[in-house]
Amino acid sequence: MPEYLLVGLTIFVLSMFAGFEVITKVPPTLHTPLMSGANAISGIAIIGALLVTGRNGMHLEVILGLIAVVFATINVVGGFMVTDRMLNMFKKKASKN
Amino acid sequence: MDALSSFIGLSYIVAASLFIIGLKSMSSPATARRGNLIGAIGMFIAIVVTLLDRQIVSFSWIIIGIIIGSIIGALSARLVKMTAMPEMVGIFNGFGGGASALVAIAEFVSLTSKAALPMDTAITTIIGVIIGGITFSGSMLAFMKLKGMVSGSPITFPLQKVVSALVFLGAVVLGVIITGWKPDPLLFYIIVGLSLIYGVLFVIPIGGADMPVVISLLNSFSGLAACAAGFVVKNNVLIIAGSLVGSAGLILTQIMCKAMNRSLTNVLFSAFGTGDMAAGSTSTTGDKTVKSVDAEEAAMIMGYAQSVIIVPGYGMAAAQAQHAVRELSELLQSRGVEVKFAIHPVAGRMPGHMNVLLAEANVPYTLLHDMDDINPEFPHTDVALVIGANDVVNPVARHDQGSPIYGMPILDVDKAHHVIIIKRSLNPGFAGIDNELFYDPKTMMFFGSAKDKVQELVAEIKKL
Repeated sequence: MPEYLLVGLTIFVLSMFAGFEVITKVPPTLHTPLMSGANAISGIAIIGALLVTGRNGMHLEVILGLIAVVFATINVVGGFMVTDRMLNMFKKKASKN
Repeated sequence: MDALSSFIGLSYIVAASLFIIGLKSMSSPATARRGNLIGAIGMFIAIVVTLLDRQIVSFSWIIIGIIIGSIIGALSARLVKMTAMPEMVGIFNGFGGGASALVAIAEFVSLTSKAALPMDTAITTIIGVIIGGITFSGSMLAFMKLKGMVSGSPITFPLQKVVSALVFLGAVVLGVIITGWKPDPLLFYIIVGLSLIYGVLFVIPIGGADMPVVISLLNSFSGLAACAAGFVVKNNVLIIAGSLVGSAGLILTQIMCKAMNRSLTNVLFSAFGTGDMAAGSTSTTGDKTVKSVDAEEAAMIMGYAQSVIIVPGYGMAAAQAQHAVRELSELLQSRGVEVKFAIHPVAGRMPGHMNVLLAEANVPYTLLHDMDDINPEFPHTDVALVIGANDVVNPVARHDQGSPIYGMPILDVDKAHHVIIIKRSLNPGFAGIDNELFYDPKTMMFFGSAKDKVQELVAEIKKL
């Protein structure tokens, strides 16, 4: 087994555990924002998309990469912004009370 | 490792830490907004340092892609109605999965054009494309179902499970062939196609009210897809961020399943709500009578009550009645009535759907109560006002062992002194079973669309 694969799997397993530990006990009020916020973070695929698009490969690679960049950017920008918009609504009420 | 690579690597560690801190802060309303911002900063750092990477030599397409994506993303985040959040999250899951799948495909194209495909890369690429493809097409279908472009009820056909299993198996077998013997691009593209088909087959038998589970699960998949893309491009920050999202989605999936007292397998494979499984429990309703009420009488009951608990469901979202509901609750409060909201975990079409809608309408979140907190309060509440909710208040779930929803935790609405139900008709809810609550002697049905009826109530209460 190549070394990077083993290292990657180690990171994967530990991060899954970290995720479970960090995220449990989310109040229902925050389920939707958590989901859209997590959604934005899954836009991390943009890193892969940037690497694929920018290395000046064949046309097909660049085309696929470009679509991936668009998709991932929508996810990142839209995800963080809409989450902020939602959480801002929650905030307003807290101060009004 | 040279200085630049070290800098990039260290920055990725910072970004990953910010994601963890950000998600951690999302677990409390007080810190959630800051948490989201922290996550965004992590993402910004990750993107900027990646652009410094020497692998990247050409920026024009990247810039074009980022501009297009940012415009679409920003506009949709601005313009989306809060009632449409499930659709938005649904389609965004798909974009995430799609981006990851495309990265894996591009990597395959690039590798096979140069040299023989190493076995480990082949495996990770194929896994990446399968997860990403399923997430993409599954999410697109979930989006269309939520939007009503495709029927929201479960769609089944003969041998569905067999076909699904074969499609999935086909993708895996081809993957093994590519890995072990023949890195043929054609076979690879067939895998892409099969994954997309499987995504559709996976979501199509799942009905509207089970959407909270599906959306959560696809959310998890979009993270795992990013994770797989991380293995493909050998980048740890993708693996970390992807698994965080993967576990967040799984946690929500688990919460949703628990709230319905059903296993994930049951949600995914039973085509719940097709109606045929409900036959046993509908037989006894023929001779029962229903009491209906008009706006004036309902207004009297509520206006002179001491305490009212409002129970919103998907009907409130569908009718966009949240603002009218807020007006009603403020009016009642001004009359000295104690108003609370009872939120069932699976009310609506996504986790937390009702909470977001009521927040949009300026209902203070301190008035919203979870099922476990509010249930003990129903017995000493004067009026429970149910707005467009059905299965989650059906007492059958408590005692009828033959009912498909038996065992599902419900809101104990039937224990309130009076129950007023705003609903279009007596039609059964998603589970396809009759609601015993409608025939309870203390229940009054207030027939009509949620928005109109709540507005009528407001008008009548003002006259009191």
